[in-house]
Amino acid sequence: MKYVVLIYGNPESRAAWAGMSDEQRAAGLAHYQQLNDDLDASGERVVSERLAYPELTKQVRAGEGGVLTTDGPFAEAKEFLAGFYLLDCESLERATEIAGRVPEASFGVVEVRPVMGLR
Amino acid sequence: MIPDLLRSLTPQVVTALVRRYGDFDACEDAVQEALLAASQQWPSAMPDNPKGWLITTASRRRIEQLRSETARQRREAAVALAEPPDPAPVAVDDTLTLLLLCCHPSLSRPSQVALTLRAVGGLTTAEIARAFLVPEATIGQRISRAKRSLRGERFVASGSPDRVLEVLYLIFTEGHTASSGDAVNRVELTTEAIRLTRQLRASLPEDGEVTGLLALMLLTDARRPARVSPSGELVPLASQDRSLWNREFIAEGTALITGALSSSPVGPYQLQAAIAAVHDEAASTETTDWAQILTLYDLLRVVAPGPMVTVNRVVALAQVAGPEAGLAELAAAASDPALAAHHRVDAVRAHLLELSGDVAGARQAYLAAAERTLSVPEQGYLRSRAAALAEA
Repeated sequence: MKYVVLIYGNPESRAAWAGMSDEQRAAGLAHYQQLNDDLDASGERVVSERLAYPELTKQVRAGEGGVLTTDGPFAEAKEFLAGFYLLDCESLERATEIAGRVPEASFGVVEVRPVMGLR
Repeated sequence: MIPDLLRSLTPQVVTALVRRYGDFDACEDAVQEALLAASQQWPSAMPDNPKGWLITTASRRRIEQLRSETARQRREAAVALAEPPDPAPVAVDDTLTLLLLCCHPSLSRPSQVALTLRAVGGLTTAEIARAFLVPEATIGQRISRAKRSLRGERFVASGSPDRVLEVLYLIFTEGHTASSGDAVNRVELTTEAIRLTRQLRASLPEDGEVTGLLALMLLTDARRPARVSPSGELVPLASQDRSLWNREFIAEGTALITGALSSSPVGPYQLQAAIAAVHDEAASTETTDWAQILTLYDLLRVVAPGPMVTVNRVVALAQVAGPEAGLAELAAAASDPALAAHHRVDAVRAHLLELSGDVAGARQAYLAAAERTLSVPEQGYLRSRAAALAEA
């Protein structure tokens, strides 16, 4: 079964990250690296990515007048997608167990969602 | 058919090599390479003794592997840990031992599935990855990790075959109802599961549950030609064109389950097969022996209780005692947390509300079920039921 783990940031977690020393940040990223290595070894990680901050977002709307692209949302956005994992694992229980190892889970902003196909 | 021949010979070649050399990990890799060589060379030059050719080629590959530098270091580490090779004769074909090893309790369920399909089923990593819609690297890692955790395991049949049955049934259901993704049937996986279960039954002909599982697969797969309409929509059992069902599979499955029930202690796979046989024998939903199905579900609830057994029993109960009786039972079942948000509960509720004449309630329940299922074809079916009620 495939599940997506959605990792959200918020102003508090962003401030916490900004306030960290280089060593603390390196430790945080090493945590993610370790999680990736473990999930690769078990064959449960299909892909995972860390996303740039919301200021670099482009919003796209397609309408009558063609495709319209605008900047945003901005940093004051309450919650923003900070990264994701696509897992292929045994069960929802296992997916939530993995999500619990994501460092952001201690800020309480990690979601697990089952994946559906298109057809 | 060369691919079929290769797949059917795989477990015999793997066990022959493991009996001779003892290291499952390296032997299994060597067999994969020999299978690949065979699929390239046999179309133009078929050997007189295909199994002998594979064993010889795989043995050579394994020796070459161990000559290479990195492999030698690996082997030195492995030899320090490994038990001496089993002195049993090379002629032994022990598919059961191989299946038990691939379904070892120390492995996660996805690893057991991948390793079984490759080492016993003879499928390539790429074929397994395609069947499960995941990248090849993911399956490759799963298999190599599984083999690493099995290092030092002795190649002897140990433990109950129950876990093998679970893995084979999982492979079958994955193919039968793509739980998520873009196809109702992945022909290969149901076919592979049936083939592997036949091999297991050849090793354990007296085991009623092994026979029950094979019967269940045949009796379920028999309906495959009628499960999907020409336009790709899911067709529920009640509306299927039963003339399309595979009579050969029904005859074989019925004979298997009849024999097993009369000669073995009853178990969950036999009961499920018996239920499937009652459905397959009936000319229509109306002429189905629902009382017998209900009795079988009552037994199943004792032998192997579970949320899906509870829900499926409700369907049979409603056929016997009316939709209101079914709805009352379903309301009680839905208090189980495992069922609270399950789309099957909504789908069955919708069906029973429709039978009882509550069109608005049925429509709502069909839509709720459609929003909760992960199967796209099933979602389409549930929405079409809701739409049909809106027009009524």
